[in-house]
Amino acid sequence: MTDRPHLAVIGAGPAGLAATVAAAAHGVRVTLLDSAAQAGGQFYRRPAAELRAHRPQALHHDWRTWERLRDGLDTHVKAGTARHLTDHHIWFVERHPGRFTVHALLGPEQEDPVAVHADAVLLATGGYEKVLPFPGWTLPGVVTAGGAQAMLKGTLAVSGRIAVVAGTGPLLLPVATGLAAAGVEVAALVESADPKAFVRRTLALAAQPGKLAEGARYAAQLARHRVRTLARHTVVEGHGTERLEAVTVAALDGAGHIRPGTGRRIPCDTLAVGHGMLPHTDLAETLGCRLDAMDVHVDDEQRTDVSGVWAAGETTGIGGSALALAEGHIAGRSAAARLRGRAPDPREWAAAARTRTRLREFAAALDSVYAPPAHWTEQVTDDTVVCRCEEVTAGAVREAVAELGAGDVRTAKLLTRAGMGWCQGRMCAPAVAGLAGCELTPSRRPFARPVPLGVLAHEHTHPTERGSS
Amino acid sequence: MTGAACALYASRAGLDVIIVDRGPVAGGTTGAGEGNLLVSDKEPGPELDLALLSNHLWAELAQELGAAIEYEAKGGVVVATSPGSLIALERFAVEQRAAGVVAELVAGDALYGLEPHLAPGLPGAVHYPQDSQVMPALAAAHLVRASGARLFTGRTVTDVLRRADGTVRGVRTDNGDIHTPAVVNAAGTWGADLAALAGTHLPVLPRRGFVLVTEPLPRMVHHKVYAADYVADVASDSAALQTSPVVEGTAAGPILIGASRERVGFDRSFSMPALRALAAGATRLFPFLADVRAIRSYAGFRPYMPDHLPAIGADPRVPGLFHACGHEGAGIGLATGTGHLIAQTLTAKTPDLDLHPFRPDRFPDRSPEETT
Repeated sequence: MTDRPHLAVIGAGPAGLAATVAAAAHGVRVTLLDSAAQAGGQFYRRPAAELRAHRPQALHHDWRTWERLRDGLDTHVKAGTARHLTDHHIWFVERHPGRFTVHALLGPEQEDPVAVHADAVLLATGGYEKVLPFPGWTLPGVVTAGGAQAMLKGTLAVSGRIAVVAGTGPLLLPVATGLAAAGVEVAALVESADPKAFVRRTLALAAQPGKLAEGARYAAQLARHRVRTLARHTVVEGHGTERLEAVTVAALDGAGHIRPGTGRRIPCDTLAVGHGMLPHTDLAETLGCRLDAMDVHVDDEQRTDVSGVWAAGETTGIGGSALALAEGHIAGRSAAARLRGRAPDPREWAAAARTRTRLREFAAALDSVYAPPAHWTEQVTDDTVVCRCEEVTAGAVREAVAELGAGDVRTAKLLTRAGMGWCQGRMCAPAVAGLAGCELTPSRRPFARPVPLGVLAHEHTHPTERGSS
Repeated sequence: MTGAACALYASRAGLDVIIVDRGPVAGGTTGAGEGNLLVSDKEPGPELDLALLSNHLWAELAQELGAAIEYEAKGGVVVATSPGSLIALERFAVEQRAAGVVAELVAGDALYGLEPHLAPGLPGAVHYPQDSQVMPALAAAHLVRASGARLFTGRTVTDVLRRADGTVRGVRTDNGDIHTPAVVNAAGTWGADLAALAGTHLPVLPRRGFVLVTEPLPRMVHHKVYAADYVADVASDSAALQTSPVVEGTAAGPILIGASRERVGFDRSFSMPALRALAAGATRLFPFLADVRAIRSYAGFRPYMPDHLPAIGADPRVPGLFHACGHEGAGIGLATGTGHLIAQTLTAKTPDLDLHPFRPDRFPDRSPEETT
């Protein structure tokens, strides 16, 4: 199989899996790399094998799609047309004329270097959760909505007895129902968006019978568990000394300000909070790929503007797993054809392309409805820590803006250190942008993850590169 | 940084100052610098004189702004990697001492007393207590604020306005004209463009450098530590990639690792060879760094001049135009002296240093290099 052109797919979530299966079935050798121990990504996250879950699918819809992908990957691995490298933490993709080197770190400490050479790369790096700060958000007991869901899917358990789920976005529904199903009392689902605005989007929704059914199912589950939904509400503050004891929520007016006098205290020990998702674009940005706002720009074949680099899934724009599957399939087919020296015929993936069009419209509709309160920064007191890595407060960011002339995220970072720490601003950049009153723009992060200087100093090759596939 | 210092000293000399920048504060090379205030890497001559004046002025400013700009008189340690290079270092230090630099030879155990984590077996070093550091973006922002100058960021100068006789009467920006009898070109690496708008010529070229930043650590590196070959690289005219290890701890915890130099225009793309060379050099000096993680890296463009001296002072070809740019990698350190000298020139005082070596019209109209 070594005479086949070689495609490296980065990320084993829905987009990466669909791409791997599609490309391997069409004449290229695929190496699928992912940092997790199992394929599936965040969406198809499953309990560790040692937990022996009997019905992991209880936490997932669309389990059959996952089984089909998993079986497809297994078939190609057995046939030698694909290999799956788990626990590979990729820190850099290096571009050479006509080829690429994917640099990864292995091992529990992520310090053993591996280099994988490929003729092309397909970025399916997914997205990560956006969380905006509020007073008390750093208290133990406050978790991200996605983090709560990952805990449920991965360990089948959550700590906490009484939870509030808050923020904005479609992820809050499955988190609330998942927590309730796991036996946690969900005291409220606090959504800052207006569901009526959603109904106004009937055009986009009418074309999405599947999505409507999904929404109806969540609504029924919320009712069954007696979860109160507070729309056009927001968490104003988390209370507690050692850990979270309660939250104050308040109603929002039409302009996104807090309605005076509507604050109420809800006792809880867990707050799962999220404000949507952002794409992971570090590898693409460093490769020189064009970004449109925060998303990797791709053409109809899912090609980036850098020759030999494809992208699919959340990294090209947040749109959910079904969209990621369609994009991954198209990307895999296109890469396979191009690597074998022929122009692909888009009719080969016409069905996936129709799904993609439909789901991108749906994602755009969701995007226009689910948004944090327009004036969320008003709740952020000066002593609220914004950048947790460097312990920078909102007051420090405001001072940099008002007194020192910082009008953008980069200058605010230079003047306050917000975003200079371990997470490199992945967590705090949206908050800093909000406080600085500017648009969030992608940051340059040449290292997608920290790399030991000893690894950087040496050129490394590794046996996996000469594998039998 | 240079613009901020010019604004501060001009304003303190009684002038009404407006700062115009097409980007934010510290948006150019300043934001990508390490904030070195060095005398150690300079041979006796006009640049060293400027550095000594500047260090004195920085120490003065530190009295009022020290903590806010993270001023730290940490001292520099230039390490010899062979007995031969130690002799050369000592010879260099003798000349520097004559020019007013404090330079102490340290050998053997004394070196490891200064920097306990250096690689074993190094023959010695020269310690320069006058070398200092500031956090450059904070320094620029606080100097701008202290100057009281009006600050117009996000505003691009599109033309330098001149009278029929050629004297400057202001600048045109993308958001209106600003009328002034004196324009200071502190556009750093982009200084040649501003000179061109005024119809004159200044050969500033970009020389790219990368900096590696590690995870935050307790203080492991106490001084600015670099290998003796750094001095030769700074003085070199080569366009090819050169790297010599420069390692320093910061008040905030991360260790900064430089310094690469290459002339590749304004190409911001990430260079793996440059970063590998930086990491290799740093881990040779400090072996413990091999297990320390780099968390980010950034590129900056030093304003390179063919003779490695900045342009400071009035441009006789365009009355009313003053230059304060082309400091290559020493712009933060030399900013205070430059600002002070510019303010003296603007107010028709005799400058503290002879500006003849820095005169902006010392170059032929076009160097062959720029046309290629």
